[in-house]
Amino acid sequence: MKIHEYQAKELFRKNGVPVPNGGVAFTPGEARGVAQTLGGFPVVVKAQIHAGGRGKGGGVKLARSLDEVGALAGQIIGMTLVTPQTGPQGRLVKKVLVEQGLNIAKELYLSILPDRATAQNIIMASEAGGMDIETVAAETPEKIVKVYVDPLLGIQPYHLREAAFRLNIPAAAMKPFFALLSSLYHVFSTCDCSLVEINPLVLTAENSVIALDAKVDVDSNALFRHKDILAYRDTDEEDPLELEASKYNLNYINLGGGGNVGNMVNGAGLAMATMDIIKLAGAEPANFLDVGGGANAEMVENGFRILLSDKNVRGILINIFGGILRCDVLAQGVVTAAHKAGLNVPVVVRMEGTNVEEGRRILAESGLNLITAVDLKDAAQKVAAIVNV
Amino acid sequence: MSIFVDKNTKVLVQGITGREGQFHTRQCAAYGTRVVAGVTPGKGGQDMDGIPVFNRAKEAVAQTGANCSLIFVPPAFAADAIFEAADSGVDLIVAITEGIPVMDMMRVKNYLRNKTCRLIGPNCPGIITPGACKVGIMPGPIHKPGGPIGVVSRSGTLTYEVVHQLTQQGIGQTTCIGIGGDPVNGTNFIDCLSAFQSDPETTGIVMVGEIGGTAEEDAANFITREVTKPVVGFIAGLTAPPGRRMGHAGAIISGASGTAQGKIAAMKASGIHVCENLGTLGELCAKVF
Repeated sequence: MKIHEYQAKELFRKNGVPVPNGGVAFTPGEARGVAQTLGGFPVVVKAQIHAGGRGKGGGVKLARSLDEVGALAGQIIGMTLVTPQTGPQGRLVKKVLVEQGLNIAKELYLSILPDRATAQNIIMASEAGGMDIETVAAETPEKIVKVYVDPLLGIQPYHLREAAFRLNIPAAAMKPFFALLSSLYHVFSTCDCSLVEINPLVLTAENSVIALDAKVDVDSNALFRHKDILAYRDTDEEDPLELEASKYNLNYINLGGGGNVGNMVNGAGLAMATMDIIKLAGAEPANFLDVGGGANAEMVENGFRILLSDKNVRGILINIFGGILRCDVLAQGVVTAAHKAGLNVPVVVRMEGTNVEEGRRILAESGLNLITAVDLKDAAQKVAAIVNV
Repeated sequence: MSIFVDKNTKVLVQGITGREGQFHTRQCAAYGTRVVAGVTPGKGGQDMDGIPVFNRAKEAVAQTGANCSLIFVPPAFAADAIFEAADSGVDLIVAITEGIPVMDMMRVKNYLRNKTCRLIGPNCPGIITPGACKVGIMPGPIHKPGGPIGVVSRSGTLTYEVVHQLTQQGIGQTTCIGIGGDPVNGTNFIDCLSAFQSDPETTGIVMVGEIGGTAEEDAANFITREVTKPVVGFIAGLTAPPGRRMGHAGAIISGASGTAQGKIAAMKASGIHVCENLGTLGELCAKVF
């Protein structure tokens, strides 16, 4: 789960990671109010959306007076911010973070993330702060410092020294850097983060070390033990169809490319492979939809409803490998769901497994626009033929 | 022959009295698997269909000689169950549970480095040696006993699809393993490929991967160096968009890494027969094997 910068900074502040003074504002008036508490200018006004590259899109501005804070907040709140990460449709900005400006001496990059290949946590850092880290990794990999931390051991003083010396942290800033990195690792491990990233991390002229930006992603599987972080969820930032699907335990992703074949599959791997085979057959998949291993009639019905609310969808492919789920039960579910959902596009059903003959009979006798496929290849060809008419 | 499980495997089920645990314990037992014990803390002394239930895994192993644990414990308690299984003395742990936090699996993975037991999963369908032993949730009847093909996969139902196509072609399987869709898991592709390479009854291997991570690329390198048996490969997720988690926690393209294109290229370079269209995988296997 992604959270906003101002929320990440709240987590940082609570855990002793220094951040600039500031606060979130939903209106220009509130923005002025926050700025007044900061005791001076310049002040930075930052759009709060779940996407990076906000500065490039005009979502981060510097203000030198209270009136300017109000004016900039007025411009940014309500704007549709387009950044390299939002896609061309952009994202509506509903709030801004208002923060004190800093006296910057040097900008660094610092992040911590779990490494799946080694099962170690990696502290990744670079003296090339402010830049996109993937660009740094591609163009100047020697500038990236990686320190591996065994999750059973946790962070040790030598890890802190290793990072600091390799980043050429000045002697006067060593202690505050150690404190920040140690606290940041604490946030990372106690909050089940899949990423904490500070870009840039700032060394000020006064030798303090401050997280000027903050990005925190939290492992969704661990939210059961982080009710406080779950409260940070901002559903305004989520795709409405995906949000709707998640209410019914359906794993739905709209591919957003104007695909015309909706598809519903049990199991994530098979769902991906089904999207691929639709494409190979000459049609365009509209979505990923995994109804899980124990798909029942209610899930199929909700799945139909969500697929049909995508207006580009002109045909649907259902691919269920009913191992333990019996095909006759599934077929009955599809028929019931199709009646309830007011089916208005052709549906190709491919199912396999226990009682498949009985399942096919139920579909054939339903009187609905359901087309039975004998195998996966047949299914993809049939649905492609329908949408490509 | 087979790898990791056979007719001598004696299974204990952690979480045997839960809904999933009960259902699949019955399915495994009906398939012929020797399910000798169950563990549910607080329910020791009871039985499930005549299978004795214990409070502790160590006790279950001592009393029944179980050498494999099958785990159906909910995600919040699953890492603890894996630690308990590892300390109970079983040789093999099969964790079906989906949704274990990554931080928990990182701890598990590092703890198991100093143990001799093997972990399969989590978030996986388990392992089956057709006709001999099923330790997992896969449908038994789609498999064909007697070999000669080994199957290893990151997915569940996609594996069923692949096995089904093999069986339709009259090609049997030695052992089929689902290694799971999580970013941090126990047994990996290379462990399975190495075991299949050493198994005299396995004459060919089907490897099913998906987007995310570099496990397939690593496996392809290993195949180049160590595997002499023919391998058919398939990768799911050619049409998956970057940055989105496609159901499995591990199935995500991050930046330029983890793409299906990259994995397919690596597999082709190592001489794997790559199947580009899942609908024709069985036919390709019939040609190659």
